[in-house]
Amino acid sequence: MSPKQPSMERRDFLDSMARRLPVWMFFLSAFSPENLLAQSDSATEPPPGYDPTKHNYAMGVDIHKCIGCGRCADACKNENHVPREPFFYRTWVERYICPPEGDAIVDSPNGGIDGFPEYKGDKEVLRTYFVPKLCNHCENAPCVQVCPVGATFVSRDGVVLVDESYCVGCRYCIQACPYGARYLHPETKTADKCTFCYHRITKGLLPACVEVCPTQTRVFGEAGHRSSPIWRFMRFGNVTVLKAYLNTKPKVYYSGADMEVR
Amino acid sequence: MAAAEAKELQQLPLVLGDKKYDNVTRDIIAPVETFPKKLWWIAFSVALTVFGVHMTAIAVVVGTGLGLLGINNPVGWGTFIINFVFWIGIGHAGTLISAVLYVFRQQWRTAINRSAEAMTIFAVACAGIFPNIHVGRLWFIFWAMPYPNERGVLWPNFRSPLVWDVFAISTYLTISLVFWYAGLVPDFASIRDRIKESDAVQKIRKSVYSVLSLGWVGSTRAWAHYEAMAMILAGLSFPLVLSVHSIVSFDFATSVIPGWHTTIFPPYFVIGAIFSGFGMVLTLLIIMREVFHFQDYITIKHLENMAKVTMLTGSLVGLAYSTEFFMAWYSGSPFEGFAFINRMFGPYWWAYWIMVSCNVITPQLFWFKSIRTNPTLLWIISIFVNIGMWFERYVIVVTSLHRDYLPSSWDMYIMTNWDFAILIGSFGMFFTLFLLFVRVFPAIAIAEIKMVMKSPGAKGFGH
Repeated sequence: MSPKQPSMERRDFLDSMARRLPVWMFFLSAFSPENLLAQSDSATEPPPGYDPTKHNYAMGVDIHKCIGCGRCADACKNENHVPREPFFYRTWVERYICPPEGDAIVDSPNGGIDGFPEYKGDKEVLRTYFVPKLCNHCENAPCVQVCPVGATFVSRDGVVLVDESYCVGCRYCIQACPYGARYLHPETKTADKCTFCYHRITKGLLPACVEVCPTQTRVFGEAGHRSSPIWRFMRFGNVTVLKAYLNTKPKVYYSGADMEVR
Repeated sequence: MAAAEAKELQQLPLVLGDKKYDNVTRDIIAPVETFPKKLWWIAFSVALTVFGVHMTAIAVVVGTGLGLLGINNPVGWGTFIINFVFWIGIGHAGTLISAVLYVFRQQWRTAINRSAEAMTIFAVACAGIFPNIHVGRLWFIFWAMPYPNERGVLWPNFRSPLVWDVFAISTYLTISLVFWYAGLVPDFASIRDRIKESDAVQKIRKSVYSVLSLGWVGSTRAWAHYEAMAMILAGLSFPLVLSVHSIVSFDFATSVIPGWHTTIFPPYFVIGAIFSGFGMVLTLLIIMREVFHFQDYITIKHLENMAKVTMLTGSLVGLAYSTEFFMAWYSGSPFEGFAFINRMFGPYWWAYWIMVSCNVITPQLFWFKSIRTNPTLLWIISIFVNIGMWFERYVIVVTSLHRDYLPSSWDMYIMTNWDFAILIGSFGMFFTLFLLFVRVFPAIAIAEIKMVMKSPGAKGFGH
């Protein structure tokens, strides 16, 4: 090699790379989630000093108490910016109409927000009851398994959350959820679901649906804490979970649910 | 009886018409060396227009959002997933013909493997579009790829079948492309050597084919390497025939939806894929052999063999359908039972019965030799197979979702014009690519045909 030729020794290479580093960083930063997180709503961030390992949240729903007023679904939409149109619910109320023979008739017009119209069918009615539904915050969540980018996860305080800045909107979690708890948010184009009002519970407040429930159908608290209302609910209620045979280990406990409830 | 038939199969020549090597080269390269006729231009402009509609519709849907489509809350997966599975399935016949039949030394594959492999690649290209445009935020789809990044905890979730899909399909496309291109190299060299540099166009053609043929001279040494490489690539492709559609089936089988959550899904999908792929190969090859006069190369025997594979796989698909019903009953799960009764007699009964009649009943006609050796009837039945296999995916995706666990959220899935535009448009893309292929590439593997034909002058030398 003659001395006049331009050389590319290791040192030169590293040097030139180092000098180009700011340019690379500029391009990479365009795709970094910090950028995206800065734009996203940080309302779900827990307050400073909050220790998720010290909590284990759970909810109880007493079916005997529910009157089907739908205030929980309405409050949830207001609290969590859920689109007002039907089909988008983080929580909703179902009505079960059981005839003496055959399958129950189940409906949920506008999630129960506008109340339920009188049953005008031709079947004899044995009994009816309401079942409020929401994300079951499964310990063994089918939605978490299928998310390709790891945007949905079980937090250390036992709540299943979606990071909307990571979600690509493939809707796999929506299909995988056996409780139908998820939907695609039309504005963010990402999956959305009940968070137990994570922004409220981390500040020591109750979820919006529990707060507004006039009959105390919904009970919220810390599983395993004797002082928590959920302890009493589980101690004295006839407690079950939905679709126990799927082994999803839900954290929403139902009292008084019979085999008709799906 | 079986021995007599085996003898008959042995003795039927794979190339008809007493060809010499020179005739073979001339016949097969003819479409590449002549200017396309009117028929091709008409077909190509129609395909290109539909392809244009495809791209426009995709741009609008991605720009506006998925609300344009027919998907709703219980049915969150719609035509995009159906089309994805359909196109991936089409590809499988190409790999089966090129790799599995190669490893098993089925020499009749030589006449059809080139176009079947091309079909695979174009079908996978069509399929590859769908999972991307199906997501709500296409611009972040690359987050499903594992690569060193500065995003901290964000890393693909390797438990998700969609991530397995990313690997399965990119591997499949890569191996198929390499195998296809490697096989093309000697044939590109044949085209290159025949070009006379008479004018500027011919000079450009010569340089293009020179680059494509990678300086192939056909030395014995090169052929030895070529043979070894072909066997290695065939060995690599072989498991892909089984794995790719198994992984696609995991997209469904790993979720707990009734009708999806079954262990039969991987073999059921693989067989269905091979079935649909052979349907599409028949559709394409029967037209190609008529238009380009390839009857001496793609003989009735080739068509008959493909018809037999179609009949076998169609019957296996039928077996899978009935096994699903058996398992729904035998498992005792009321949800499974309901899902399958609902498929047959629910609001989408018509889709189910289109599927059964096209996939299970129609291929049974191939028991008759007169039908499986009649190209026109074969072509018609192959169209039914294509329709039936699209509806199979429609039935799987839509009927399981539209009546899920929660009766209060039940809804119907109705395809919108955008769904239709993108579905039909994907056929435009496929046929645009295939029409270009038959004009630019040798549509039959020249070198391989020469290996299996009777040596000119060597009387009695078999294949």
